[in-house]
Amino acid sequence: MRVTNELPVEGQITEGKPKMIRVSQGGVAAAISGAALLLAGASAARADSTITIATVNNGDMVVMQKLSSEFEKQHPDIHLRWVVLEENVLRQRVTTDIATKAGQFDILTIGNYEVPIWAKQGWLAAMDNLPASYDVDDLLKPVRAGLTYEGKLYGLPFYGESAMTYYRTDLFKKAGIKMPEAPTYEQIRGFADKITDKANKIYGMCLRGKPGWGENMAYVTSLVNAEGGQWFDMQWKPAIDSAAWHKAITFYDDILKADGPPGATSNGFNENLALFASGHCGMWIDATVAGGMLYDKKQSSVADKVGFAPMPTGAFVGAPTWLWSWNLAIPASSKQQEAARTFVTWATSKEYIQLVAKTNGWVSVPPGTRVSTYENADYQKAAPFAGFVRKAIEVANPNGQTQQPRPYQGAQFVAIPEFQGIGTQVGQTIAGTLTGQTTVDQALKSAQAATERTMHQAGYPKN
Amino acid sequence: MRETPMQRLLSFILGWGTALLLFFPIAWMVLTSFKSERDATSPNLFFTPSLDSYHEVFARADYLSFALNSIVISVGGTVLALLFAIPAAYSMAFHPTRRTRGTLLWMLSTKMLPPVGVLVPIYLLFRTAGLLDTRSGLIAIYALMNLPIVVWMLFTFYKEVPNEILEAGRMDGAKTAGEVWFLLLPLTLPGVASTGLLSLILCWNEAFWSLNLTSAGAAPLTAFIASFSSPEGLFFAKLSAASTMAVAPILVFGWFSQRQLVQGLTFGAVK
Repeated sequence: MRVTNELPVEGQITEGKPKMIRVSQGGVAAAISGAALLLAGASAARADSTITIATVNNGDMVVMQKLSSEFEKQHPDIHLRWVVLEENVLRQRVTTDIATKAGQFDILTIGNYEVPIWAKQGWLAAMDNLPASYDVDDLLKPVRAGLTYEGKLYGLPFYGESAMTYYRTDLFKKAGIKMPEAPTYEQIRGFADKITDKANKIYGMCLRGKPGWGENMAYVTSLVNAEGGQWFDMQWKPAIDSAAWHKAITFYDDILKADGPPGATSNGFNENLALFASGHCGMWIDATVAGGMLYDKKQSSVADKVGFAPMPTGAFVGAPTWLWSWNLAIPASSKQQEAARTFVTWATSKEYIQLVAKTNGWVSVPPGTRVSTYENADYQKAAPFAGFVRKAIEVANPNGQTQQPRPYQGAQFVAIPEFQGIGTQVGQTIAGTLTGQTTVDQALKSAQAATERTMHQAGYPKN
Repeated sequence: MRETPMQRLLSFILGWGTALLLFFPIAWMVLTSFKSERDATSPNLFFTPSLDSYHEVFARADYLSFALNSIVISVGGTVLALLFAIPAAYSMAFHPTRRTRGTLLWMLSTKMLPPVGVLVPIYLLFRTAGLLDTRSGLIAIYALMNLPIVVWMLFTFYKEVPNEILEAGRMDGAKTAGEVWFLLLPLTLPGVASTGLLSLILCWNEAFWSLNLTSAGAAPLTAFIASFSSPEGLFFAKLSAASTMAVAPILVFGWFSQRQLVQGLTFGAVK
């Protein structure tokens, strides 16, 4: 999951000078007739069974796009059109499309953050009456729960992930240390200090620092949960200016300043992946999906030196743990519901996973969705981290409790629509502590005040 | 005034320095497109070049259909803008009224509104008119987007033409259309050409509307580039390859037409 801060908020979209809008529209109308004359019939009419699929350019989705010719062979009456977009653009496009009921897309690739929120708005078609062959009970339970709203599924998981700690076995060996089975943040700090060798550009700890609700705040939120903190109390009052947040952010700042790579505030998932894969990180705590890439010799120069361990624990053991899934969902506005459903069930089925295994090898199958994948002996052999990831996802309790009771769900995000804005704003404040613009105290105070203001404007507490 | 050797050296360094500075990102992009994903993020100048990224990009997406959309939309948008702007600029340059100046400034002021401010109204309008994901829709938007600049540029070129020439034409019995077609356009051809070129380049590079108003059918090269960035996974080499392929046509085109472009842009700059 990677999201930055460039989403237009609703207010911005509707702002603008009414006079100019009127002129533009009039102009459009005038120009449209001209354009129509100029290029009559430039747009082709669509066949009835053509479905448009909006997706992102992640490795697993690229494979899906390539293998979809098999689907078209099986279903000659359904034609597929692909729209591949950058993640933020996708989110913006799809939101505009759904909110205006334009019906441009028949299948959307969205995260488990959006699914319940959009389902509540009535924007998604429910995935009920799935065929028995789909074996819906084979889906990993926490992943399935994340896509369920009021007892109904509103998206089918394409791949899923939790988070874990990656480390360099060779560096640990050289330093004479051993990664425990369940490390604590205290221990991690000590290890990072030992293996950091800045002269040789080896940084003990890489973490996300790029501001954004799905970037640095995904990790920071997990860290805060682990230290016993949370975003809001039961009255929806922000709880950012608290001892737990203070401890977490101080740890985050200290470890990145002492053992992190330079310019950590520009590193998101991909940048850290590149750093680790080129041998510059001693440890990295991030999404489990990176495992497949770090073990891949074509992408990683340290493929045979990667070890893994669970997310470290802090003062509060049993905090909600990271769970993200990329899912295929059908907007309620789609006019091709049946054809879309046929594709979605195909692309998330056991048969599809078998097809990927057959064509690209077991290590490339989309992870984190089905029990049957993890029970497959070939997959276990091809992906040494498989059992580990399965356990991480199965024990993930994104909706579990924080140390104090909380009114919201989500582990590395808060499942309310306002969180995109709030998370990104607080993310920028936290990044400011890394660059030394503000102290942790000041940052938390201003984040608290800003979040209180936003929540008040959004009308919380809601009944 | 003759330049001293020192001044000549200085202007040589400044000129080439600026050119290299401006060209560096493009050169770096082209270089990265030949690297492997593993090397793409390192600033290394020495690596084994490969065409893997290009193969991958070609296998993944139908480059030619994106490129065709870009060409049709850019040319269409430019032609449409010129069709509206030539008469508009003619009337403002040769038959000015009290409001001409204000109108010109007001037209330019529409460029100051961030496009995202009108995204939702335009999107709704397009939805109702059935123009979403059509080339005609984008042609209309691009023509409107460039209209203020095209009118302004043409207006400045037309101002250079003495009114007496057109008057002489009228004495010989030319109607308005004939006046524009047989006198004004031949006289200002370099200006009109460079205006068209600039509009073409602006259309080619436009990303906001093309990303928001198209999906699969009418998506131009900007959408092609955007589809190669990835939230989870390394993509810099492939993205560079896609971008190189997307900018190549307009770069080559700009290269061939740079004489006209420079001539037109500086036309009338020194009296």
